[in-house]
Amino acid sequence: MLDTIRRLVDEQGRLSKAATAIGDDADLYAAGLTSFAAVQLMLALEETFDVEFPDHMLNRRSFSSISAIAGCLHELKGEEAA
Amino acid sequence: MNAPLDRGADVVTTAARHADDVDRNGRFPIEAVRALKDARLLSLLIPVEFGGGGASLFDVAEICTSLGQRCASTAMIFAMHQIKVSSLVAHGRGSAWHEDFMRRLCDEQLLLGSATTEGGIGGNMRNSICAFERDGATFRIAKEGALISYGAYSDAILVTARRAADAPPSDQQMAVLEKSQYRLERTGGWDALGMRGTCSEGFTFSGEAPVEQIFTHDFAEIASESMLATAHLLWSAVWFGVASDALSRAQSFVRKDARRHPNGPAPGALRLAEATAKLQLMRSNIVEGLKRFAKAQQNEDDLNSMSFAVAMNNIKIGSSQLSIEIINHALLIAGIAGYKNDTPFSVGRHMRDALSAQVMISNDRIFTNLSNMLLAQRIDQRLGE
Ligand SMILES: Cc1cc2nc3c(=O)[nH]c(=O)nc-3n(C[C@H](O)[C@H](O)[C@H](O)COP(=O)(O)OP(=O)(O)OC[C@H]3O[C@@H](n4cnc5c(N)ncnc54)[C@H](O)[C@@H]3O)c2cc1C
Repeated sequence: MLDTIRRLVDEQGRLSKAATAIGDDADLYAAGLTSFAAVQLMLALEETFDVEFPDHMLNRRSFSSISAIAGCLHELKGEEAA
Repeated sequence: MNAPLDRGADVVTTAARHADDVDRNGRFPIEAVRALKDARLLSLLIPVEFGGGGASLFDVAEICTSLGQRCASTAMIFAMHQIKVSSLVAHGRGSAWHEDFMRRLCDEQLLLGSATTEGGIGGNMRNSICAFERDGATFRIAKEGALISYGAYSDAILVTARRAADAPPSDQQMAVLEKSQYRLERTGGWDALGMRGTCSEGFTFSGEAPVEQIFTHDFAEIASESMLATAHLLWSAVWFGVASDALSRAQSFVRKDARRHPNGPAPGALRLAEATAKLQLMRSNIVEGLKRFAKAQQNEDDLNSMSFAVAMNNIKIGSSQLSIEIINHALLIAGIAGYKNDTPFSVGRHMRDALSAQVMISNDRIFTNLSNMLLAQRIDQRLGE
């Protein structure tokens, strides 16, 4: 999952460096993620993982790092399985 | 009795006395700003523990509205100052330098200006070209093409820049620089349609200061947790004042007309009724926004949520559009007496001042941001909470 997230961050995040050079917990906003690009990234995540981000996850924190994004996806996938 | 609002009333009288001259000559409303300082209203939002008034944003908004009814430039200067203060209060706590600066702001009634936009990026204040260039314990900054309202009259200016020379444009911080620490080179004048007394001239801003004057919180946090809401709410409060005074003038016109023609409805009466519905909408929009912000301040996730950002942006869009519609109705009601500049029903200055609302961070730019957010955020279909 982390590899897929990294690929989507690369494609949609418009960051100042490659996602492979960014640690799981590193701050994506400090790497140049804007709120505009965060929405594009969210749409790509929804498409790829077949989930929908609910309103309560639409805050800065949810997209602040690769592991935060993975956390959201786990929660959404978990909810589906339950 | 509400003490800050009473003190505000005296300032309103002073602002009213000089409003025409301020507008005609495009000059800084020095008398009204001095009155604001004398009444200690520049520190109204600062907590009592630092020597301020400890007032709520509701009180500040009320003063913005009453000033807006008499002198929109003074009202906007007061609003813009308080927006900067709100960031200081929300994000300066815990930093020795910023806490001390808040105390000095209270003692000396310092007027704060803002350099958040920059030449080359327009109203997209979440991007910077310039950067804080650190050298040991100090930093240097130079921002070109900054439109800084009352820049020449500010005692300190809050300026945004990239974190460092190698940081991406959106990775910004904000710093407070005092008058003795910066230089302003005037690059453009302010012979504008309205808001003429704000003296929003163009400058190249450059300065040096100790690094402790840079806020430790990222500007992204400052923007979404204090600036976005206070700017849209207090600007709207000013525009509400401008629009409500125009409509009140139109009402006087209708009443005068009705007394002269007791048998039929005065021609403007229907338009007045229609416009009061718009005014009520505008008021509800702002009051609801103030309540929403007060609630969100209790919950950091809500404050940083997309739904909150959508709500605050919509308040600005709504009140900037409604103010112009209301003033236009006032003009139609009073006719030539409203169009002329020297009658009790004149609304020319109101219209000119209110037209700034849609370009003060362009509404089209806000619509672009909103339309992106609405790819994610669902439409809120509830009436209540
Ligand atoms: C009374 C007043 C006081 C001000 N005081 C200050 C101050 O003290 N400090 C400060 O920093 N700034 C201040 N400003 C400046 C303000 O914050 C904005 O920088 C400015 O109004 C926007 O400038 P602009 O219209 O040239 O730029 P832009 O925002 O670039 O807009 C230019 C035009 O391009 C269009 N446009 C550009 N980008 C987009 C987009 N992404 N989507 C859609 N349309 C777009 C818009 O429709 C607009 O008509 C003040 C403005 C006013 C009116």
